[in-house]
Amino acid sequence: MTGTWSFVRAYLRRDRWLLLWWSLGAALLYWSQAVSVDGLYESQADFDRAAASMESNAGFVAMTGPARALNTIGGQVTWQSAAFGAILAGLMSMFLVGRHTRAEEESGRDEMLRAAAVGRQSTTVATFLTAAIANVCLGGLVALSLIAYPLELADSLALGVGVALCGFFFSGVALVAAQLTSTTRAMYGLTGAVIGLAYALRAIGDVGTPALSWMSPIGWYQAMHPFSGLRWWPALLLVVASVAAVAAAYAVFLRRDYGSGVLAARPGPGRAGARLAHPVGLAWRLQRGPVIGWAVGMFLGGVGYGTLGDDVESLLGDSDLAKDMFAQSGGALVDAFYATMILMLAMIGSGFAISSALRPHGEEEAGRIESLLGTALRRRDWLLGHVAVTVAGTGLVLLVAGIGMGVGYALVTGDGSALDDYVLPTLSHLPGVLLLAAVARLLFGLVPRAAFLSWLALVFCFVVMMFAEIFRMPQWLQDVSPFEHLALMPAEDFRWLPFALVSAVASVLSVAGQIAFRRRDVR
Amino acid sequence: MTDTSVIEVNALVKSFGAHRALDGLDLDVRPGEIHGFLGPNGAGKSTTIRVLLGLLRKDSGDVRLLGGDPWHEAAELHRRLAYVPGEVNLWPGLTGGEVIDLLGRLRGGLDEARRAELVERFELDPTKKSRSYSKGNRQKVALVAALASDVELLLLDEPTSGLDPIMESVFQDYVDDFRDRGGTVLLSSHILAEVERLCDRVSIIRSGRCVETGTLGELRHLTRTSVMAELAGPPTGLDGVPGVHGLQVDGNRAMFEVDTVELDRAIGVLHEAGIVSLTSQPPTLEELFLRHYGDAIEESPEDETS
Repeated sequence: MTGTWSFVRAYLRRDRWLLLWWSLGAALLYWSQAVSVDGLYESQADFDRAAASMESNAGFVAMTGPARALNTIGGQVTWQSAAFGAILAGLMSMFLVGRHTRAEEESGRDEMLRAAAVGRQSTTVATFLTAAIANVCLGGLVALSLIAYPLELADSLALGVGVALCGFFFSGVALVAAQLTSTTRAMYGLTGAVIGLAYALRAIGDVGTPALSWMSPIGWYQAMHPFSGLRWWPALLLVVASVAAVAAAYAVFLRRDYGSGVLAARPGPGRAGARLAHPVGLAWRLQRGPVIGWAVGMFLGGVGYGTLGDDVESLLGDSDLAKDMFAQSGGALVDAFYATMILMLAMIGSGFAISSALRPHGEEEAGRIESLLGTALRRRDWLLGHVAVTVAGTGLVLLVAGIGMGVGYALVTGDGSALDDYVLPTLSHLPGVLLLAAVARLLFGLVPRAAFLSWLALVFCFVVMMFAEIFRMPQWLQDVSPFEHLALMPAEDFRWLPFALVSAVASVLSVAGQIAFRRRDVR
Repeated sequence: MTDTSVIEVNALVKSFGAHRALDGLDLDVRPGEIHGFLGPNGAGKSTTIRVLLGLLRKDSGDVRLLGGDPWHEAAELHRRLAYVPGEVNLWPGLTGGEVIDLLGRLRGGLDEARRAELVERFELDPTKKSRSYSKGNRQKVALVAALASDVELLLLDEPTSGLDPIMESVFQDYVDDFRDRGGTVLLSSHILAEVERLCDRVSIIRSGRCVETGTLGELRHLTRTSVMAELAGPPTGLDGVPGVHGLQVDGNRAMFEVDTVELDRAIGVLHEAGIVSLTSQPPTLEELFLRHYGDAIEESPEDETS
């Protein structure tokens, strides 16, 4: 164990900002729920009514957790935050453990350290200790923020302790995964799958099969029932499971060779498929992971919004502010609400579009295109392959978000026609999203060093959407955002002219970026 | 193509901002030869190759590659050549075998039999994902893809810096073989033994300019030979011979270096004193190298943009 504490100190120094942001983020997640519920309803009777409608919404329950004491602030905080808080702690633990174990071993840095006068296990033990400290920090901030709000002491504490214990457990899982796999990527994949499974088990369990919730560590956390008859014993389950996971990791660690994993890295094909040497095939192969990931995420996001169903009115409560927020366009409240949510989904989808449009830039920075362009592959064709994937991928991401919304809505209301109502409105934002991608492409072609600035364009559009009214932004400035011109469906009717104009601007910028790239030096 | 040069560069200039990476560079590579391209880090070797590939646009000067313009006819010319960069970066999610096929097909096709043979000779596991390859293995992937392609010209930018000696000799066999089939090679390298073993002619560049070019024999002629002699009596008049440097006389023994063109006169002086034993050493490529840019290394030139 020689050197363990020096490692812990070194890790904490390396990770201190990361830990701070994760912990603050988690605390904000819990605390902001309290703030957002507090004062939203004018009377307790309103609150009771909203709680009753949430309770009966199976989609909500699946997304968040068992509905208990939803007509209290504490109950709402627990319900809305516990599952996501546990996932947050799990992800933080996963990245932290991965960084100091498998990634170090993969890069060979760890070899240097192990050759020094340190105990064989010290880096692994130090990693777990660091993760434990990080989770205590995260749980502590959560508890403190709720106590300070102020909510009941014991229950706030339980939410903090529970989330820290979930973090312990997932740190243990990550450590096991680090022993089993031989690449960092596979390790994240395995740990992520366990976190996802824990979430899914309790989702199905909470909706109708309680036994399944008892198989999930996140379920145990929620079974502590903070703010609705607090009980501490389920925390013991988390403690036992964490200890078991860490012990398992330790046992495997002692038996395996350095640099290897228990599961051998899967060999890939020794020959390339027929499509790989086609520019589009190559771009698709490089981008398919993100495309599929975003499509799944956006579908689930759409389902999440869709399951709000027609409850929008009661959810928003009677406060005038809430209604003003969504009814600006004067349409029906439900339509206005969904129009805003669809715009929100489109903006989130822009994240995919921009990162996909910046992929060629990433390839260039990584020094991977000089070999390619040293072949008979034309610059134009190489870039066009990526453009095709960006455009088609963006279309797909928006399409599935719309489908998700329709499916979620139909599940809750039984109204199947919702699919039509939400798919086209989501797709109607495609030109705006692609325009942001085109800005990224233009920067890549003209001033590659400044390509990251395209993210600022997205931030700007977001600010215009959220705060234009509050900041009293001049109209001409608002008009810079392409989304200001496109019709807010389904609250407004589709308009051809802005759709065509924004599409045209996007095309011009994109083509200009491609031409600029063909004329410049390649790094 | 037998008469004209495969690569012809005249007065090539390329600047990055204020830094003049290539400052009037000349280079002439003839068909069927292996041409060594030597120079310290930052001298402009990679920049030259990248201009030849049409990745960088020249500021001025003339560049002809395989009889064409490397910027405007890049894709057409690239069908006829294969390039191995100094720093091979591969796609972490693709296997080595996939990358070989990808690069080969984009060049217009691979010789299947040679591909299989190369993979075996280089002891490469083509089913491994590139992220798990070492530097040497990444280089092997690029080399297999290049050597298995049916091309006229190889542009190799320090291709063996990550290979072990056994793999290096495999590489040399294949490059020899490529020349025997009529191919032309531009080989940028730091491994002087490799250059001496492979190259017909070399060009030495420094600060973006070609300072020396010719066969190894011609270049040797321009440098000094070191001489150590034991004489019957003390030598006289050696310090009067032009081109003699670093003379050390110790009784009847003399040690010095002499410009190779003055060798005959220096030996004449020794002869007059009566030669008992004589060792003379032709300059190694290393000395040649150091003489041409030993001082450049101390200047620590700016990093090349690569």
